[in-house]
Amino acid sequence: MFTILGIPSQALFGQLLLGLINGSFYALLSLGLAIIFGLLNIINFAHGAQYMMGAFLTWMLLSYFGVGYWWALLLVPVLVGIFGLVLERLLISRLHHLDHLYGLLLTFGLALIIQGLFRIRYGVSGLPYGIPLTLAGGQNLGFMFLPNYRLWVILLSLSVCLATWLVEKTKLGAYLRAATENPTLVQAFGINVPRLITLTYGGGVGLAALAGVMAAPIYSVNPNMGADMIITVFAVVVIGGMGSIAGSIVTGFALGLIEGLTKLLYPEASSTVIFIIMAIVLLLKPAGLFGRRV
Amino acid sequence: MKLSAILLAGLFAGAFTTGARAEIDVKIGILNDRSGVYADLSGEGSVIAARMAVEDFKATDKGIRVNIVSADHQNKPDVGSSIARQWYDQEGVDAIFDVPTSSVALAVSQVTREKNKIFIDSGAGAADLTGKQCSPNTIHWTYDTWALANGTGGAMVKQGGDTWFFITADYAFGHALERDTTALVEKSGGKVLGSVKHPFPGSDFSSFLLQAQASGAKVIGLANAGGDTINTIKQAAEFGITQGGQKLAGLLIFITDIHALGLQVAQGLVLTEAFYWDLNDATRAWSKRFAERSDGKMPSMVHAGVYASVLHYLKAIEATNSKDASVVMAKMKEMPTDDPLFGKGQVRIDGRVTHDMYLFEVKKPEESKGDWDYYKLLATIPAAEAFRPLNEGGCPLVK
Repeated sequence: MFTILGIPSQALFGQLLLGLINGSFYALLSLGLAIIFGLLNIINFAHGAQYMMGAFLTWMLLSYFGVGYWWALLLVPVLVGIFGLVLERLLISRLHHLDHLYGLLLTFGLALIIQGLFRIRYGVSGLPYGIPLTLAGGQNLGFMFLPNYRLWVILLSLSVCLATWLVEKTKLGAYLRAATENPTLVQAFGINVPRLITLTYGGGVGLAALAGVMAAPIYSVNPNMGADMIITVFAVVVIGGMGSIAGSIVTGFALGLIEGLTKLLYPEASSTVIFIIMAIVLLLKPAGLFGRRV
Repeated sequence: MKLSAILLAGLFAGAFTTGARAEIDVKIGILNDRSGVYADLSGEGSVIAARMAVEDFKATDKGIRVNIVSADHQNKPDVGSSIARQWYDQEGVDAIFDVPTSSVALAVSQVTREKNKIFIDSGAGAADLTGKQCSPNTIHWTYDTWALANGTGGAMVKQGGDTWFFITADYAFGHALERDTTALVEKSGGKVLGSVKHPFPGSDFSSFLLQAQASGAKVIGLANAGGDTINTIKQAAEFGITQGGQKLAGLLIFITDIHALGLQVAQGLVLTEAFYWDLNDATRAWSKRFAERSDGKMPSMVHAGVYASVLHYLKAIEATNSKDASVVMAKMKEMPTDDPLFGKGQVRIDGRVTHDMYLFEVKKPEESKGDWDYYKLLATIPAAEAFRPLNEGGCPLVK
């Protein structure tokens, strides 16, 4: 065993790995936010609530219908995604021609309502949800005990991020980007832009719900889980650059690592370190690390 | 004109004191967490408990009209103290009850003293409320960090847990709980190997658990509460902490936490509480009535404390026929406490209420007969031993 900066290497590796796991959630959530902002120009404050809905739906599927984790992984993003589609059609689409601020206020209000409803029904202490049996137990890596489930979280999150990034490079991605730049022209080419936008919102919401399913076995399933997370995730998006997909993925993982290190070096600051970085980035590079200047 | 008005007023006052008992209007405020990590253990349940106390006391028959108001302090001291100020200054609130989250409780205690009103705390933990920061206007009813350290900490040390590592919530309560438990562990010949302070509230504790694991301490003391404790215990199970031979000491665990964790994860935990619904016939009968009003949820010790403290407050008002803070406070300290939930006890000069405390172990899933059947009683800690001795707290009111 050797030491780096006076910290035993074992502890350091362990903390870095844990940071990466938290980073997976940041990446997945900020990815959804970035997609929605990039195409709809909506700052989706309801993202945390939709993540929370994902976790709750996972719990409900098991408790009311006996549907386990693996099916939930498939069903929940679809169901919450559909909820997102309805939301977009009924409410958000009416704000397209207005200032950003209106979208922000609407989604923030929606988040409060959704959280409030869950709080009235289920309280705040949270509901128990076990780790799926196939992923129970863990690996002794020598420097730490890594639960199998956490390993799964990193792998799944990485693959989803990669897949989304690839989709953006395809023709579909090109349509989406074109629709952001000049919707009228794209529509003239026979592409149904409003439908494209609705589907994108649904997709972004589905990603949040997927993160919720992944969170259910390790964090407590409670109505505030999204509100606790969303502020940090917004900071991640701001640091990465609003609307940049690759930026939000890389920043998500990187900030998870930095937060992990802070928990080891000066734990009291671990909840603020991301905001300190945000302030510095905004001072030096107002468009974010990966953002383009508007 | 002025003179006659004064005479008239005097006449009325005389009529009231000699004739039927005067009507007293009392306004009490339930100030607690209604949306955050402590909302289940305090929240609306405390308002229900206060209403039950007013009904059981038959206040209206005794000429006391009680008006209950409530608010959410969001676990923020600035929010809590500004609500308290507004209640005292503008809304005529006479006494504030509950107030979980020690940092908020200490702030409200200050405001109450400044305005010369009454504050009876049930939800907060910091023993400083009746220690160095005690106030002639503050009573601390249900539990405190010293009592928790003494109960759970003492039991763990007796079982051979002589080396400790703390995972502590980074605010007044966590600090007080760590301090009091450290004192107890060291007094019993044990050693504290280290501690880590986490931001409050938190959600991921794996990093802190890993540090606790690496310390090699026999006992990992959780000096946090509510949602934070739930998450820590859940993630400790995931990281195989207890299989590795280390023991978890949940220094403050409420029954609502056990309900959220499920017995599968929580089984075997040793904890200290001031109240459990299934202690005796009186607690069962009251808890059943409480549950009927709160969607079947059983009361926490904080809810029980609000009930008992409102009852004691109203008794003092009845006995003195006054709602003047100093008069009522003197009466509350002079009169022994007696209620169906905590039994007999007293309010000490420093504001500490003494009553029995209980050491429980969480049942295994197969031992539980159903929802809310969670605890086995290990020991009853008699009132005289359960709380910090009067002369050790450093309260200036104790001469």
